[in-house]
Amino acid sequence: GVMERSREQLLRQTCEAVVLGVLHPRTAITLVLQVLSDAGSLLSCCLNAACMALLDAGLPLTALFCGVTCALQPDGTILLDPTARQEQEARAILTFAIASSERKVLMANTKGSCSVEEMQQCLAAAQRAADTVFQFYRDSVRRRYSKS
Amino acid sequence: LSICSRTVEPLEYYRRFLKENCRPDGRELGEFRTTTVNIGKCLCSITTADGSALVKLGNTTVICGVKAELAAPAADSANKGYIVPNVELPSLCAERFRSGPPGEEAQAASQFIADVIENSQMIVKEDLCIANGKLAWVLYCDIICLDYDGNLLDASVFALLAALKNVQLPSVTINEETGLSEVNLKQKNPLIIRKHPVATSFAVFDDTLLIVDPTAEEEDLATGTVTIVTDEEGRLCSVHKPGGSPLTGAKLQDCITRAITRHKEVKKLIDKVMKSITPK
Repeated sequence: GVMERSREQLLRQTCEAVVLGVLHPRTAITLVLQVLSDAGSLLSCCLNAACMALLDAGLPLTALFCGVTCALQPDGTILLDPTARQEQEARAILTFAIASSERKVLMANTKGSCSVEEMQQCLAAAQRAADTVFQFYRDSVRRRYSKS
Repeated sequence: LSICSRTVEPLEYYRRFLKENCRPDGRELGEFRTTTVNIGKCLCSITTADGSALVKLGNTTVICGVKAELAAPAADSANKGYIVPNVELPSLCAERFRSGPPGEEAQAASQFIADVIENSQMIVKEDLCIANGKLAWVLYCDIICLDYDGNLLDASVFALLAALKNVQLPSVTINEETGLSEVNLKQKNPLIIRKHPVATSFAVFDDTLLIVDPTAEEEDLATGTVTIVTDEEGRLCSVHKPGGSPLTGAKLQDCITRAITRHKEVKKLIDKVMKSITPK
């Protein structure tokens, strides 16, 4: 449906910004994502899966990216990586794709409305959280290649 | 002086203008194209729609028609009506669109419009309910692009807002004895629009430069796009950055500030047009 088409556009353009396509002319890179279960923060999970798959494929990338979802609760507190229940109760959900180089914003998607200050606070929180996710990438890759 | 052709080396041609802080059509980097809007049956020429608007952003022409129909509400939300937006990019608006099922751009735009309506709460679905659990309004909002010259999202959101402001819903009562609905076409009420969201789109060039209201040519050369939707209270209804070059938080803040300024201009334009068509 249109929702899947919209998510595909977000993911495709995020990957296109980091993959060095010029090194692979006349080549199609197909990324297939299958949702096995959705317990909240689906879009950022897709982004993380996509980046790790690109890493595993050995494609040349300008930067890594990670997805972070922030939920703004009715009382104003910011919750990172919300569950489905927390997403429903939140008044705004912001998903950012943060690049590993200088923690810049690669993709932004919002659901619900928020003030400008709240958005900046969520962005800052997401940029800090990106460090944790990148460390997870490093640990996973290390584990993968340490056995062989 | 090497001759730089617009068709052979479009990016170099553009960079020359950007160095002087302007664009080939004479606009500055932060300047919008001339925006015109026609609302209503007389000016907009869709006589069969309940509300219609035609928006021109430079050459980009988008028409929006709103049809109101009756339906039973869903079982889990018995007091809510429906709003169904649909964006169409027919093959007549640009060479890149072929006839057939809607392409990705049209579907992504439809989803974006649906998100804007939901996030901004411009129409509260409870207002569309006539009888709890029995009858509610369905608003079919069809947004059709007649001429594509970039910045589809801004024009679509504006056309939708203008068309919805123009909608007059007939009053509906449910006959107690027969249980059927009776529509009174003589007595019409305007739709309650709670918020007025306005979209502002930017194109990112060479990872650093931000230009406002890109044309189709500029969108093709750009390395990314950002669309910010704000309402009249300065709240963000949507920050839509579908991939593209990475931006710092500060650059995103610049976009938001520009979007808030643009909102005031668009609101003034819509108020002026609404006042001119309301019979005194």
